[in-house]
Amino acid sequence: MLHRESGVFKTSYAADMALYPLPIARKAVALIIVLFAVVLPLSLDEYYLSVVNLVLIAIVGALGLNILVGYTGQISVGHAAFMSVGAYTAANLAVHLHLPFWLTLPAGGLMAALIGAIVGIPSLRIKGLYLAIATLASQLIIEWIINHTPAISGGAQASIQVPRPEFMGREIKTQGQLYFFLLFFAVLATLATLNLVRSRIGRAFVAIRDQDIAAEIIGINIFRYKLLSFAISSFYAGVCGVLYTYYFGIANYEAFQIGVSIDFLAMIIIGGLGSVLGTILGATFVTMLPIVLRLAMEPLGGLFFNAGQLSSIIASTRLILFGCLIILFLVVEPEGLNRLWRNIRNYFRVWPFSY
Amino acid sequence: MWDELQFSLSLIVSGLSIGLMYSLIALGFVLVYKATDAINFAQGEFVMLAGFVAAVALGDKVPVLAAVAIAVAVMVVFSFALERVVLRPLLGRPIVAVIMATIGLGAILRGLPAITVGGQTRALSLPIGDTPFVFGPIFLPPIQVLGVVVTLAFLGIFSWFFLKSRMGIAMRAVADNQQVAMAMGINVERYFALAWAMAGIVSALGGVIWGSMLGVDTQLALVGLKVFPVVILGGLDSIVGAVVGGLIVGVVESLAAGYLDPYVGGGTKDFAPYVLMIVALMFKPYGLFGTHRIERV
Repeated sequence: MLHRESGVFKTSYAADMALYPLPIARKAVALIIVLFAVVLPLSLDEYYLSVVNLVLIAIVGALGLNILVGYTGQISVGHAAFMSVGAYTAANLAVHLHLPFWLTLPAGGLMAALIGAIVGIPSLRIKGLYLAIATLASQLIIEWIINHTPAISGGAQASIQVPRPEFMGREIKTQGQLYFFLLFFAVLATLATLNLVRSRIGRAFVAIRDQDIAAEIIGINIFRYKLLSFAISSFYAGVCGVLYTYYFGIANYEAFQIGVSIDFLAMIIIGGLGSVLGTILGATFVTMLPIVLRLAMEPLGGLFFNAGQLSSIIASTRLILFGCLIILFLVVEPEGLNRLWRNIRNYFRVWPFSY
Repeated sequence: MWDELQFSLSLIVSGLSIGLMYSLIALGFVLVYKATDAINFAQGEFVMLAGFVAAVALGDKVPVLAAVAIAVAVMVVFSFALERVVLRPLLGRPIVAVIMATIGLGAILRGLPAITVGGQTRALSLPIGDTPFVFGPIFLPPIQVLGVVVTLAFLGIFSWFFLKSRMGIAMRAVADNQQVAMAMGINVERYFALAWAMAGIVSALGGVIWGSMLGVDTQLALVGLKVFPVVILGGLDSIVGAVVGGLIVGVVESLAAGYLDPYVGGGTKDFAPYVLMIVALMFKPYGLFGTHRIERV
């Protein structure tokens, strides 16, 4: 299309390194800022904003998982467990010590990072399938410990009510206020990830993913970087858990069970492993899927099933659709939505003269 | 003192018999991994699917043996198709791809019953009665005895198959080194399909036995979660390992349920095997009998 270059025309390093290589990029960024800062919060009503909020939280967690799985190549089936660690840490601090969110949030993240690093220790010796199952074990073990330790889980029902976060002396109550609260963290996480993956650490992660023995030979301390990757990834997960806790107003281990870990894996697979844009697309896609499905099926399904059956039918349809999508993406488009987006962009780059 | 001993003994025996039944399911897992390097996170769902097929067939007044045969046939066809459609395109791709594909498959299978035959719990009653078998001071329910017999029979058949039969030896060759096997004129893809089909048979029998013990609904798929500690403890690619791992996990969870549950309020059964597995992995990263992989750059 007219606004994109059709080849490489750069003649200086400055042009090559430019943050916005084309004027269109600057405009696009400005447009996105306006869209998210003004248009969305003003145009959407409470319900749709709450959906967008869920997407924003999922983006934080999925970015963390993609750092571990997509960039470092370590498989984790226990992401949700780290979220629960963050959630319960923050909830206990907020309830017992009355700490504000800007202290509980990093505290939850750090606690999750610590636990994540401990879980990551075996990753030096075991890899691949054994590691996947070891993280699965840590998911079940953390879940069980939280559920069976009243000091952590707050006793009955294993759930803790948390007070609403306060900002400048005012409670963040409505979905609109929550939106800006969550948007801040989602943007922060995105920028942090983008910068992380092109730093020394990010390059080391990619080297480990591609061949860990080769990475060790060229002087990367793989033990340190694998642990670091687990810690960073779990930090994101912890923060994501804290955000869920503030969003729902309650910390409950049932929101962080193995199915959630799998949802997050699905997000990064569908979005594209090792891609920040893909993570965002995938998180949006997987979070919206059940909501859109419910909206679509509730009026339609009523024609065939009675109300009692319908909810279980919708849940099952979601499972089936979810599984089909994962398999479809893996078989047909392994690089996910990110790749699809690039294909579309490249097609239009020299459109309509694509030869 | 005597009571104490008898209690421990009955826990151990019951654990051993349950453990052998875990081994039966774990066998399906190991067979597939050994031959094709694919890990099957949907093993529990395979078992569940077989349970549903058998239960629905029994509900339609099909004789028991025919119902079991139908379950076996369905599972074999299903595994063949699965290998063809999903797993073959994933050959040579990163491990996470195969793991996620089977997880996705598991999600599909768990969703299917509710929209096809209805998700309510079904009984799968085999004509073996309810009177427990008595061995001295120990009582065993008949279904557990049946499970033990079926597992032992299958272990015998598998040993014969892998040690003596032409196909079994070819399959071992494929598991050992796919390229060399191909060079020796073995049709590797056919043996991949065969491995999946055998996993299907094992899952079908596992589904019938576990289904009649626990009742058939989507919860039956949770048996699959028990398979992981079993295969990791034993080593992912060892059939002996699957049996030994199954016995260890069965005994550990039975003892944990008997001795620890009263103190911590239940649930140790699902938790103890995983702790044991993590500890074992620290010392033996490839399980008790698994092959060490030598990696080259």
